[in-house]
This record gives sequence, C-alpha cells and structure tokens, in this order.
Amino acid sequence: MLAPPRGGRAVRAGRVSLRVGGRSVGLVLAALGLLVLVVAVDLSRGSAQLGLGEVFSVLAGGGDRGARFVVTELRLPRTSTAVAVGALLGLSGALLQAFARNPLASPDVLGVDRGAAAGAVVVILAATAAPSLAGPLAAVGVPLAAGLGAMGTAVLIYVLAWRHGVHGTRLVLVGIGIAAALQGLISWMLIGARLEWAAQAVRFLSGSLSGRGWEQVAQAGVALAVLLPLAVVLGHRLDALVLGDDTARALGVPLQRSQLAVLVVSVAAAAAAVVASGPVGFVALLVPQVALRLAGRAARGRPPVLASAALGAVLVVLADCVGRTSLGLDVLFTLPNEVPVGVVTSIVGAPYLMWLLVRRARERTV
Amino acid sequence: MAVTGTTTPPSTRLSARRIRLAYGDRVVVGREGGLDLAVPDGALTVVVGPNGCGKSTVLRSLGRLLRPSAGQVLLDGRAIESMPTRVVAQHLALLPQSPTAPEGLTVRDLVGRGRHPHQRWFSTASAADDDAVGRALAQVGLTDLADRVVDELSGGQRQRAWIALALAQETDLLLLDEPTTFLDLCHQLEVLDLVHSLVHPADDPADDPAGAPPPRPGRTAVVVLHDLNLTARYADHVVAVQDGAVVASGSPAEVFTEELLEQVFSVRARVLEDPVAGGPLIVPLPARHAVVLPACAVPARTPTRTPTRTPDQTDDQTDQTTDRPLTAGATR
Repeated sequence: MLAPPRGGRAVRAGRVSLRVGGRSVGLVLAALGLLVLVVAVDLSRGSAQLGLGEVFSVLAGGGDRGARFVVTELRLPRTSTAVAVGALLGLSGALLQAFARNPLASPDVLGVDRGAAAGAVVVILAATAAPSLAGPLAAVGVPLAAGLGAMGTAVLIYVLAWRHGVHGTRLVLVGIGIAAALQGLISWMLIGARLEWAAQAVRFLSGSLSGRGWEQVAQAGVALAVLLPLAVVLGHRLDALVLGDDTARALGVPLQRSQLAVLVVSVAAAAAAVVASGPVGFVALLVPQVALRLAGRAARGRPPVLASAALGAVLVVLADCVGRTSLGLDVLFTLPNEVPVGVVTSIVGAPYLMWLLVRRARERTV
Repeated sequence: MAVTGTTTPPSTRLSARRIRLAYGDRVVVGREGGLDLAVPDGALTVVVGPNGCGKSTVLRSLGRLLRPSAGQVLLDGRAIESMPTRVVAQHLALLPQSPTAPEGLTVRDLVGRGRHPHQRWFSTASAADDDAVGRALAQVGLTDLADRVVDELSGGQRQRAWIALALAQETDLLLLDEPTTFLDLCHQLEVLDLVHSLVHPADDPADDPAGAPPPRPGRTAVVVLHDLNLTARYADHVVAVQDGAVVASGSPAEVFTEELLEQVFSVRARVLEDPVAGGPLIVPLPARHAVVLPACAVPARTPTRTPTRTPDQTDDQTDQTTDRPLTAGATR
C-alpha cells in the first residue's frame, strides 16, 4: 500500500530511531579513509622522507626509533592540529551556511575569523610588549581574546542584519562590511606596533601551522570533541530552520533560541580554529559546498556536518603538506622556507569564491 | 455544503479575542477595540479581504507566528503564547505564504519535516513518522513523486507537497496562507478540493482507495484566499476583513452581498445564484469600472484613517503587496 521509503534505512531501538542513508554514511567513511591516507602522506614527507609503510607501522606502535621520533615528535602534533582545525572549519561553515541559507555565509567571509584574529593580535602585541607576561597571555589570553573577538563580531553581524528574521543575503553583506572594517583595524594595530611584534602577529595572521605542539592539539581537540556532537544534535533543528523562519516556527522550533545555539556552536568552532592556526581562509566556505554536492540528495537540503568536518580536515592537512614541502618543486624553494597553510587554501579557495559570486549574480540580481 | 444546521453556536478550539496586531508602531489589525474571530470546528473557514487588509496578519497571529500587542489568541481555552511552541505544533499546522524549499530536497524529505513536533533529535525515523508521511503523501496524491526533488515539480505539485508537510504534522487545525497564489485555475481547484476533502472526508468517497487511511473526523481549516468565487464555492464560513477589522462573517451567501462587495472590495458586482453549486456567484460589473474605480481601495498606512475606502487614492501611492514585505524573511 504505502511505497517503501527510499533514501535511507531507519535504524530503530527503543525510543531511538534514526534514518541512516547509505550515501551519506558512505561519504563520511570515504572522507575518513581519504583523511587517513592524506595524514599518512603528510607524516611521511619532509626533510627525512619515510615510506607510507613505515608511517603506518609507527602509528600502529612499531617502527624503528628514528622513524618513531620523526613521526610522533616532529610531525604528528602539527598534522593533528591540521586535522582538528580543518574539522572545526568544515563544521563551522556547514552550520553557518545552513543557518543563513546562503553558500557565501562562512566564518571567513563574514568576518568572524577576522574578529577572532583581531582579538588574538591584541594579545600577541601585548605579549611581545610585556615579555614577562608572554607565557600566560599566550596560553589563556589568545584563546580567550580570539573567542571574544569572534563572538563579538557574530553578535554585531546578527544585530545589524536582523530585521523580522535573518535574511541570508543581508547577513552576508553586513558580514563582508564588518570583515573589511576588522581588516582595517588589524592593519592599524600592526602599523602602530614595533617591527618584531608586528612580524609575530603577521605570522599568526597568515594562518600557519608551523611549530604547533601538543598543547594546540589538546585545545583544538577538546573544542572539536565538544562542538561536533552539539552540531550533530542541532542538525535536527537545522532541518526545520532551512525551510524558512515561518515554517520552522510553525513546526514548533523555538526560532531565536535555535538560531542562537547554531550561531554559538559555529562561531566557537571558527574561533577555536583561529586560536590553533590563525585564520585559515576559504576552508569553511568551500568544504561544506563540496560536501553538499557530493552528498546530493542524501544531504537533504543543507551541508552535511560530519562529511564537512572530515573533508575540511582532508583539505587542511593536504594544504599544509603542500605548503610545508612545496610539493618538491624547486621553484617554490626560492620563497621563504615554507608557504603558510592559509596562503595555500586561499590560492585554492579564491577562484571558487569568484565562481560562486558570478554564478549567483547570474541567478538573481540581488 | 453548510455544516451547521443547528441552532447552537458552533464549537471553537481556536479563537482570537480582541487582538491588536502591529508591525513595529504600525497597527495593522484591530485598531479600534481589537479583532474578534472564532474559527468554527470541523469547517472550512476562508478569510477574504482586499490587499493589505491584514488577513494574512490575522492568520499568522492565529498560528502564533505574530504575537498580538493586545488581546490574545486562545487554543483550547488557553492563551496560545503561554503554550510551548512544540505543543502548539502538535495541534495546529500552518503553511506560510509562498514558502521555499532548499535545493535538492526530495518530496519525502520535505513532508517528513512535518513530523518535527513529534520528534526528538535521536528519534527522527519512527514507524509512526513513516506512516504519517505515507498518509500525507497519499492524501495529496504525491506518493508516486515522493522521491523526486521538490524544485523539479510543477507549481501545483509543489504546493501540494507543502500542504502534505502540514498534513504530516497530523493536527486537527490547519491554517493555510494563500495556498492558491501563483497557481493556474486547474491547480487552484486541485488544492481547494484537497482542503475540502480534509475538512469533509465523508463527502469524498473517491478519495478513498483500497487500504487508504482509516476514516478520521474532519479537520478544521482556515484559508486565506483572494478569489471570491472560489471562496463562495468552497467555504463553509467566510470572514471578510477590511482595514484590520472583521466587517462580515457567516456563510458565503450571508457575506457576499452586493453592498458588501462594493464596501469592502470596491467592486460593483451582481450576485447571482451559482447554477452548479447553488451558492452565490459574483459577477463584477464592467461598464463603469474605469470611471468608478480609479484605484482599488488599499488602506492607507496612517493609523488614523477611518475604516472606509478612500476613493481618491492612486495606484502610484499604494503598495499592492502590502502583505508581503512582512513575510519577506521567509521567502528566501
């Protein structure tokens, strides 16, 4: 009588029932498989080249001492940070794009990244100016200031863009304006700073994973462990929110509370990523849309959170590997010893942003 | 088609008591003393009125999307805004004006979201959900198109999919804001036939294929419509709104008089007997149309205006879509 539901099998146990789509699970698994591969490649490359087999045997607890040292001491902290940063950015973008119903809404385009960076730069400049306080400032002050900067920016955008609800295009336009203003603020701070302090801050601002240790891994890892489950739980409300404010409210979603929750989780993820690596652009913009395209109908109308997180990690690890090793191209070694990951992602992401703008401009003249 | 032949007033689960509705400082509805409206149970109520009269605004407030600045909306005797929004959504479904689905969403996914008020994040695919979605799809005749993407559907099919979303909520009360806008006549009839069959399930034996949903008592529907003749054909109860106030309510025959049409819609018309359905049939008089009606009477935005029409308003000054900007957030 009733057609059997397609597009996923329902898994039921007691009060728990979830639809598990073959394609969305497959996408997450494929992305995780790719991530393992990319991580292994990243760990194998560098001044001491290792084979993939050596890397896997070290990760499995074996390997000779030399290889163990190179992989676990030198490379694993940085690669792990890259994984966490990428996952946080993918997750942040997936939530924000669904929230605004606009593929341009991502923490880097909206200036949330820059808000976090501005906060962090203030503390970095303070820390370099007062070296005695540098330790505690770097450990507590930078994350705190970045978080506050990101949240403050998000609140400002939300307040300025709010008019009988959140309108995607207005949110993006307000965000772009705020991003530009924050960029100006950051430049002004740097101009005023002493050269070596400014150099320190600029290195941070370019989005680099150079010299990241286990403490960054721990910070970003904890943020990811908290925010990813929250994002998955919020997914149910997002499924109603993407139908529009009125429909969502008619379906019994407490609108402002839900929007606030989505916004806080997304912004916190973006801020945590900035703390770990500085602003790495375009990942949060690009990856959720790639995940959306790959998932097709299985995405059910919004960027999938888990697949975006996994693919974000893949992109950042890959970009860092390319930037760190310059892909073995001698030409690139004429540049400073390595290309920051943020620069690599920008090179990949900028054409995508242009394509997106052109495509949307053609679709509607807003 | 009339439901109430009895002398007792019809029972009502949903009503508005002296509500005043405003967007910011601009009072749209119930300027003088507030608006009263009782939705008769088990009937198809149609709200009509000229553009900008506040009919969509009233519907939104009945569906607790807009909070009255004075007065209250009662659902089962309780103030609707004091109830958790999720609980309201288990009793009352509302389809907003021209909703849009995200790209790439299938019909089944869209309709499945109507189950939201009955779900938790960890239980989104129960057997009851599947059954309700299957029933809703069958009721709107989209079972065969369930796995198509919503953007690929025709306008009428898309509107039926959205109605199915409201049906999957399995509520007794159904509010539809201009469900026939942008549809051709055939699809308008299709949508209204569907709504009629939901309110009066027994009247439609054809709607009952083998093994179809068990007979359930009719629902209560409130629909905002523009077409007066379709209203006359389908409505059990008509509420005519002008300038934020109810100026007439009752059966189509009671409401659609020549005087009221001229007063509320600024249309000189002859009201005949519909040779098919027997209700009123409105035939606008064309002869002096251009002379008598330089502009359709759209209420001015100043709250001081008395609820009569302003004949000297020109089209340039009026906003034909006064209803729309208020809901613009949902149209993207």
